Amino acid sequence: MAKAEETEDETEILKGTSAVAKGVMSADPDVVSAYPITPQTGVVEKLSELFADGKMDGEFIKVDSEFNAASTCIGASAAGARVFSATSSQGLKLMSEPLFTASGMRLPIVMAVANRSLSAPLSIWADHTDSFAERDGGMIQFYAEDVQEAVDHVLLGYKVAETVDLPVISTFDGFILTHVQEPVDLPDESETSEFLPPRDPTYTLDPSDPKTMGAYARPEHWMETRYEVHRALNESRDVIAAAVEEFADVFGRDYTEYGGMIDTYRAEDADYVLLALGSIAGTIREVVDDYRARGEKVGMVRPRIFRPFPAEALRDALAGKEAVGILTKEVSPGYESALAGEVKAALYSADDRPAVQDFIIGLAGRDVTKDEIAEMIEETKATEREMDFADEESWPQLRDEIVNEEVDFK
Amino acid sequence: MSSEHQDHTDEITHEDDLWNPGHRACAGCGPALAMKYVTEVAGEDTIVANATGCMEVVSTPYPESAWGTSYIHNIFENAASVAAGVEAAYQSFDRRKPDEFTSMDDMNLVAIGGDGATSDIGFRALSGMLERGHDVLYIMYDNEAYMNTGIQRSSQTPFGAETTTSPPGKESVGNDTHKKDVASIVADHGVEYVATSSIAYPQDYKDKIEKALEIEGPKFIHVYAPCPVGWNFEADKTVELARLAVETGIFPVFEMEDGELTDVRTVKDRKPVEEFLEHQGRFEHLFGDEKDEETIGEIQSFVDGRAEDLGIDG
Repeated sequence: MAKAEETEDETEILKGTSAVAKGVMSADPDVVSAYPITPQTGVVEKLSELFADGKMDGEFIKVDSEFNAASTCIGASAAGARVFSATSSQGLKLMSEPLFTASGMRLPIVMAVANRSLSAPLSIWADHTDSFAERDGGMIQFYAEDVQEAVDHVLLGYKVAETVDLPVISTFDGFILTHVQEPVDLPDESETSEFLPPRDPTYTLDPSDPKTMGAYARPEHWMETRYEVHRALNESRDVIAAAVEEFADVFGRDYTEYGGMIDTYRAEDADYVLLALGSIAGTIREVVDDYRARGEKVGMVRPRIFRPFPAEALRDALAGKEAVGILTKEVSPGYESALAGEVKAALYSADDRPAVQDFIIGLAGRDVTKDEIAEMIEETKATEREMDFADEESWPQLRDEIVNEEVDFK
Repeated sequence: MSSEHQDHTDEITHEDDLWNPGHRACAGCGPALAMKYVTEVAGEDTIVANATGCMEVVSTPYPESAWGTSYIHNIFENAASVAAGVEAAYQSFDRRKPDEFTSMDDMNLVAIGGDGATSDIGFRALSGMLERGHDVLYIMYDNEAYMNTGIQRSSQTPFGAETTTSPPGKESVGNDTHKKDVASIVADHGVEYVATSSIAYPQDYKDKIEKALEIEGPKFIHVYAPCPVGWNFEADKTVELARLAVETGIFPVFEMEDGELTDVRTVKDRKPVEEFLEHQGRFEHLFGDEKDEETIGEIQSFVDGRAEDLGIDG
């Protein structure tokens, strides 16, 4: 393993999980509670080391399960603490029950999620089925393209979470980003404390001013509580836009395009656009460059944030294109991809709707090559199915030879 | 003042109550007494973390709250972890933000769960909280079944009891397991102070709460709290039944310190279990046309064994 080396501009070569842990350190959380799971484990290991070396001085709960990682974070956040946790896949599923309450109770919690497929079959490799399964939990969801973003999204996550009192999950692709070594500008603590002063909680449990949190609501109150969560998610778009502006001022890294909601690459004048979440965007950029070198107008759009959904930004970026190919590492069994469904719904009210083709690719870490991406661009170019909601998604990587030939329900 | 029946209601004051009237507990609710006593001892500088269950539902229908202390409820099976998270936050505040938050030295953290929330579904959370040594008093109020969902058996439901998921029938005597010995399991975590008590003996229960709160680290009290609805008895008999449970040896009252049994409430002339069983609808099937001697014998023999192990007979 290459030794981390410091260069003049304080860029370090760091493993993704170590970089995220050091980003968390700069945010100076009061309480960290996390449990190991592949491929997130490097985060909890590095945090353990930072606590052991006295570089972090909050409380580190060596917790018994992801379920109780989420539960202890809920208690600590309710007390008024800045809290952090990290997980993947089955661990996120195990957190899911308490985690869904964090939005209803308006508790800011920031978690790094190293994306990994959900069983069965068991797999440790990356796709987005784990975080998509939490879609309706009232959490803000960030997706990182590279290690730098995985670090920066945690800091942005705190800024937004503690402003709107909602949980945030900051995802980065398992192995592809957790285990890669990349140059990273680590935020130093003075920069971070300027961007992210200590949490000033809206409410706490402090006995000096007793509160009841977590009362149960009957039908005459519950709907309004959920509406307020929904409204807070919607209004968090403005908070995110302000946060990326301030982030650019303090750290010099610019995520301000479309108010931080989506990132585009050579998309403005493109006829054909590929849309994807996460690390695959790096490969897509190269393929886009290849097409551009041949004079073909191809571009890319990458949602940075999946919840709140960047519908307006996507309409703006995609309306008028010939066709959009959605490359997605998840499927909603029984009806195409959840991401594609939402993109299509967003485009439904666009004036000049592009044709849309979605591709289910890269499940459980299956590599997606430049050649495959080029083939998907060709398939996108050939599609004429404008907003054809009933059409089938494409599975370009499917190994037909190992799929059972026919369904045989007895 | 002459009257046929004395009315003392105007003498009752709720001025300093931290478990306030207006909560929705049933008449004769044993657990509601357990809540009242714990707030009386713990005082206003307390944060309570409660599990989903009867004492949660009756106390906090939004926008009302019976709690005069700070209070948090999250879900059914994580009261111990929520309390652990609160405790970790305060440990951190004590070091890093002492001017902004009350010191841990000046407050109490109490986690509360019913028998199901504690010894069944919340067992992982409980075990983790104990093992990691959080400074939390955990109170398990034991009404011997899932009462909030309508009387289903838990691992604290006694042998022979009828619940909706342990109905007696041609092939069933009612519940076919004895109570899980949670106190001993907690003590085996290395917990410094573990006690059982009963709402029939408020002073014993309150003394134990006070003793527990003086100890730094995790501590656990298992309090016996009859449920008139789930056990099917008259609502004015709650305390009497709780006392009978101790006098028959059905519910032993003891303390364990550092894993050793240090105090047992001895019982002179321990009564036969029948005297406890016969007052309750949940055991009615044992006293039909033909008394179920075998099942009653099984209960008596289990109680005799526990009594001998603990040295209850005085």
